[in-house]
Amino acid sequence: MAHDEVSGIDSAASDSSAVETSHRTSAGTAVIGSDVENPGEPPHRARVTDLDPAKAKHADRTVYTLFYLSIAGSIFALAAYMAFPIEDGDPVALRLNTLFIGLGSALALFGIGLAAVHWGKALMVDKEGIDVRHPVRGTDETRARAVEIFDQADKESGFGRRTLIRNSLIGAIIAFPLPGLVLFRGLGPQDQDPVELLSHTMWKKGSRLTLDPSGIPVRASDITIGSVFHIIPEGLNEREDLLEQKAKAAVLLMRLDPADLNISPEREGWSYDGIVAYSKICTHVGCPVALYEQQTHHLLCPCHQSTFDVVNEAKVIFGPAKRPLPQLPIEVDSEGYLVAQSDFHEPVGPSFWERS
Amino acid sequence: MARRSRKANRRHPLATVLLIAIGLVVTGGGYAAFSSTTAATAETDMSSQQVIDEGEKLFASNCATCHGMSLQGTDDGPSLIGVGAASVNFQVGTGRMPLAMQGPQAMQKPVQFTDEQTAAMAAYVASISPGPAIPDASLLQADGDAANGGELFRINCAMCHNVAGAGGALTEGKYAPELTGVLATHIYEAMLTGPQNMPVFNDDNLTPEDKRDIITYLKYVENNPSPGGFELGNLGPVAEGLFAWIFGLGAIIGLMVWLTAKSN
Repeated sequence: MAHDEVSGIDSAASDSSAVETSHRTSAGTAVIGSDVENPGEPPHRARVTDLDPAKAKHADRTVYTLFYLSIAGSIFALAAYMAFPIEDGDPVALRLNTLFIGLGSALALFGIGLAAVHWGKALMVDKEGIDVRHPVRGTDETRARAVEIFDQADKESGFGRRTLIRNSLIGAIIAFPLPGLVLFRGLGPQDQDPVELLSHTMWKKGSRLTLDPSGIPVRASDITIGSVFHIIPEGLNEREDLLEQKAKAAVLLMRLDPADLNISPEREGWSYDGIVAYSKICTHVGCPVALYEQQTHHLLCPCHQSTFDVVNEAKVIFGPAKRPLPQLPIEVDSEGYLVAQSDFHEPVGPSFWERS
Repeated sequence: MARRSRKANRRHPLATVLLIAIGLVVTGGGYAAFSSTTAATAETDMSSQQVIDEGEKLFASNCATCHGMSLQGTDDGPSLIGVGAASVNFQVGTGRMPLAMQGPQAMQKPVQFTDEQTAAMAAYVASISPGPAIPDASLLQADGDAANGGELFRINCAMCHNVAGAGGALTEGKYAPELTGVLATHIYEAMLTGPQNMPVFNDDNLTPEDKRDIITYLKYVENNPSPGGFELGNLGPVAEGLFAWIFGLGAIIGLMVWLTAKSN
């Protein structure tokens, strides 16, 4: 076979066959029979290391110095590990430890890389050569032989003849990944409807509003005008699924001058003397909306700058959010503590397909 | 050329040690100086009539134009009835008041009054109507529970002020200022009085001990170097991404140019 004789290093010898190959066009070639003459290779330029033995000696020295530096880096990293131990509760020690081990290892790896590349570029033989690509298609004999082998294997194994065995094998391979699929399904909510889970939170009639993270209940009288309280429902800290519940039930409690609030008729009685409670979960993609400007009464989401106007029932006044923050209806119980009147009247957080 | 740049690289470890040493000396020294100044400011007797009279004169000549002769407020400035000594000490002590001009929010400026004058004005405002007092020095020593303070800071403060207290932007030119280099008294007073657009965190929301813990956390972050290396302003992914794109990618491109260039 012709391509086996082409040597990549000796370009002069392979010249004729290279030209020949480039004229043989395959079906995928866009331009057939180009008139442009193959210009051949540019003239070979000798490097300074080829011409001047002193320069070559110098490059030689550079390469092995870099390898030695790499060794020094590795030893340095080892020494740094011992010289700068990580001590409990001391960030300076941790910082020095990672810094010097990192610098040592970086020197070790960079030394190897730089030396190898410099060696290849400056000292190794750099004669240009062409490796002609051989045709992908095999000879007719090879192809016929391959078919023969397949036929023989089929006959000897009985793969085509014993259909029951073949089909049961295919069936077994198909069945194998099924447990995996079921296991993945098991990661999601099992016996509950996800839509139901997304539509309700822990809040129910009479649950007290408590401080995040301590869980201390909050009295209406505790909240001065201009305050913002970060609120979780009573009993959240005892829940096993604390984070799942908190992600839906977190609430921001603010007190404004009651005269500033514009309350629509159907939300009459949802607030108490200027105290309003809104879901902290952004209706865009669910970040915690908690940047409250107490003079402008704007609530900002830190992720995409959605801005909600607390004065107008958390209406969106800027940003990508489409719906206002859901309001939690609150009242005061007989002991003066703030409690929820009910759950939110709509699902909190971002949209989902089944959200009505 | 490759040789020279390697030499420059090798100087880095020593430079970093030196930088860390300088940083430690500066922050440690600054902290020592700062804790002695907080002790010195708390000496004026807030209840003496002489101090209140002095404060009234200062108020009349510097503040009354906007806040009114009897603190009732005017079209140009809010009423100061009930704001308390803590508010005066914060606003005047950080140079935010007197206001230089109307703007999105009062900027921090060089302080216009001495500590005694500020204390006198605070005493005068507090004598007209009760309000939050200047916090007791025992709550300002940054000796509380930094872990608890960190949790409270992340829940109540970090969304505006950044998790490391580096500050952040708000709407229409307003911003939450950075909290490094701020006196413990001023941090406490800001939580207590809610200056400008910052909400109020009264003692039922964050107890005095909670506030002390938050100050402890902030001072811990300020005085301890980041274990993760350079802070890059503590601004998070923006600064870090910019650094990675410019220096990381720049280095990769530089190496690639060297890698593909023919040796001369």
